[in-house]
Amino acid sequence: MKVRNILATKKGSLITIRANEPIRRAIAILVERRIGAMPVVDEAGQLVGILSERDVMRAAAQDENLFGRPVADIMTRSVVIGMPQDDVMSVAQTMLERRFRHLPIVDEGQLIGIISIGDVLKTQRDAYRGEADTLETQIIAEGEE
Amino acid sequence: MSQIGTAAQPLRVAIIGAGPAGFFSAERLLKDSSMVIEVDMFDRLPTPYGLVRNGVAPDHQKIKSVTASFDRTAGNPRFRFFGNVELGRDISVDDLKDYYHQILYTTGAQTDRHLGIPGDNLIGSHPATEFVAWYNGHPDYRDLEFDLSQERVAVVGVGNVAVDVARILCRTREELMKTDIADYALEALSNSNVKEVYILGRRGPAQAAFTAPEAKELGELDDCDALVPADEAELDPLSQAAMAEADRADVRKVDIIQELSKRHPTGKSKRLHLRFLVSPTELIGDEHGRVKQMKLVHNELYATDAGSMRPRATDRTETLDVGLVFRSIGYRGLPLPGVPFHESWGVIPNNGGRVQGSDGALLGQYTAGWIKRGPTGVIGTNRPDANETVDNMLSDAREGLVLTPSHATADEALAFVGERQPCFVTFQDWKTLDEIELSRGKEQDRPRVKFTRVEDMLEALGKSCSS
Ligand SMILES: Cc1cc2nc3c(=O)[nH]c(=O)nc-3n(C[C@H](O)[C@H](O)[C@H](O)COP(=O)(O)OP(=O)(O)OC[C@H]3O[C@@H](n4cnc5c(N)ncnc54)[C@H](O)[C@@H]3O)c2cc1C
Repeated sequence: MKVRNILATKKGSLITIRANEPIRRAIAILVERRIGAMPVVDEAGQLVGILSERDVMRAAAQDENLFGRPVADIMTRSVVIGMPQDDVMSVAQTMLERRFRHLPIVDEGQLIGIISIGDVLKTQRDAYRGEADTLETQIIAEGEE
Repeated sequence: MSQIGTAAQPLRVAIIGAGPAGFFSAERLLKDSSMVIEVDMFDRLPTPYGLVRNGVAPDHQKIKSVTASFDRTAGNPRFRFFGNVELGRDISVDDLKDYYHQILYTTGAQTDRHLGIPGDNLIGSHPATEFVAWYNGHPDYRDLEFDLSQERVAVVGVGNVAVDVARILCRTREELMKTDIADYALEALSNSNVKEVYILGRRGPAQAAFTAPEAKELGELDDCDALVPADEAELDPLSQAAMAEADRADVRKVDIIQELSKRHPTGKSKRLHLRFLVSPTELIGDEHGRVKQMKLVHNELYATDAGSMRPRATDRTETLDVGLVFRSIGYRGLPLPGVPFHESWGVIPNNGGRVQGSDGALLGQYTAGWIKRGPTGVIGTNRPDANETVDNMLSDAREGLVLTPSHATADEALAFVGERQPCFVTFQDWKTLDEIELSRGKEQDRPRVKFTRVEDMLEALGKSCSS
């Protein structure tokens, strides 16, 4: 199972924000779209960081008046990125180990999507369910022989 | 107009493709108790079950028993099957919009990716899909010819399809007799000259996509020794480290491969070589344009940013003498006329199964299975996948987000299909074919003897039409 198999079913769901937009707007989008993080891009659409709920909370704890500041001030700049051909199982391991919940996916230099730890766990769960389902069918067939 | 999803106006759904994804979707739709739903399922072939009939290896009969649950779904009075009806040939998306509230595409993945190396198109280099479809008796592929007079064969890829192909090439006539392999393939494979089969994986044993039972099976063939070069069975330090966190099943798979690497030939007539960390870089032809050799480069592994292991070419190369090559480096779907398509991934772009056009979701159009997510997972994986799509279909239907067909009755749809394809095949018809296949199988002490020509199927059903 590859990252592209997850992304294939998430078309049209990528929401990004520009680095120079106010944090107020970023928070509104996170709340409205019910997402935990979004990739931050420059004018050319290139990935320059990621803004997560955690970044907002951390900044809010220090500055009560952060709403008008630009996203660039509080985003995480060193982003781990994934590729469509990455194996989902390894990605899951990396996300758990390194404790991040969102992975922007870049293909040939272009940001093409983002997957969350929720997506990864759902995919793994479905893969296990599917395998169990198929194994069970087989075992029952063997019993009937 | 009456409320949609009621006895007066059932929600009418067309499913295109009678494989696992189509049947799991139909099952979920028909089990919904909040709405009255009618399902018409179409397939371009007269026979249902998709790759369960035409993909799954003939020596894996037990897996095919999943069709019993598909048959239960087909027995629902609100389900109809229209076999031998192809979207794009007999009917179009616009036609369907006239007869159904929702359209679900479950057309699977039907072709192989290219290797993209020089010589890819030489005579004797084939997509594994074609060989699989041929030995399984798929009507579109039954007349293909493969040069089984060759002694040395390479299968590129280490997915379960590659392993199936290699295993079938190595089976004896006696082993194949116990299967429902197409009769012409049984003859051709019984008389084959194949002696050495190479399965070539570009990554290591830990990354191979086949499963532990599949690896074990390779070591238990009647007349074929399975061998692995010792150095290629060793794990590199990164893969070794990853094993600590790996699933038990993956650890077992690596153990089995390493056990095979300790074996020596025992004098069986064929040899199956499992090779790792090699990529073909060129196929070399003879003066007639036939494959005679394959150039390989040895790879090393590196970890990507997100932690998966990728191959990187080293400067070590090798030349392998082979007269036949099967590439199995990933299935891809085919575009359907009038339906959005992601060219490089070979899938229908979608969001949770809702088909996405350039301006967002397309009303009333959905997808599930391999054409939705790409070719990955076992048969059962299509169930949760189909459930996700169907749940979105039901939720849209409850909100009235459906197509507005001008002929939303089962009778009108039946008349329409009959007009476009008078030789459509019903599920009852299929059951008749099924019985004939099973009884022919009984005569030969085999699970079944398949029909492999559409004309023969139609003739057996007493349908005479010129299609
Ligand atoms: C070689 C091979 C071996 C496999 N072995 C196993 C195994 O041992 N165990 C296991 O669990 N899984 C196995 N699988 C995987 C399994 O077959 C797939 O997960 C499953 O079949 C995918 O289901 P699907 O419904 O998406 O597609 P499919 O099974 O491909 O079904 C698609 C259907 O759509 C029809 N169709 C296509 N285009 C049109 C059109 N234009 N109009 C009408 N109909 C159309 C096709 O004829 C086909 O019947 C194997 C796959 C392959 C390729």
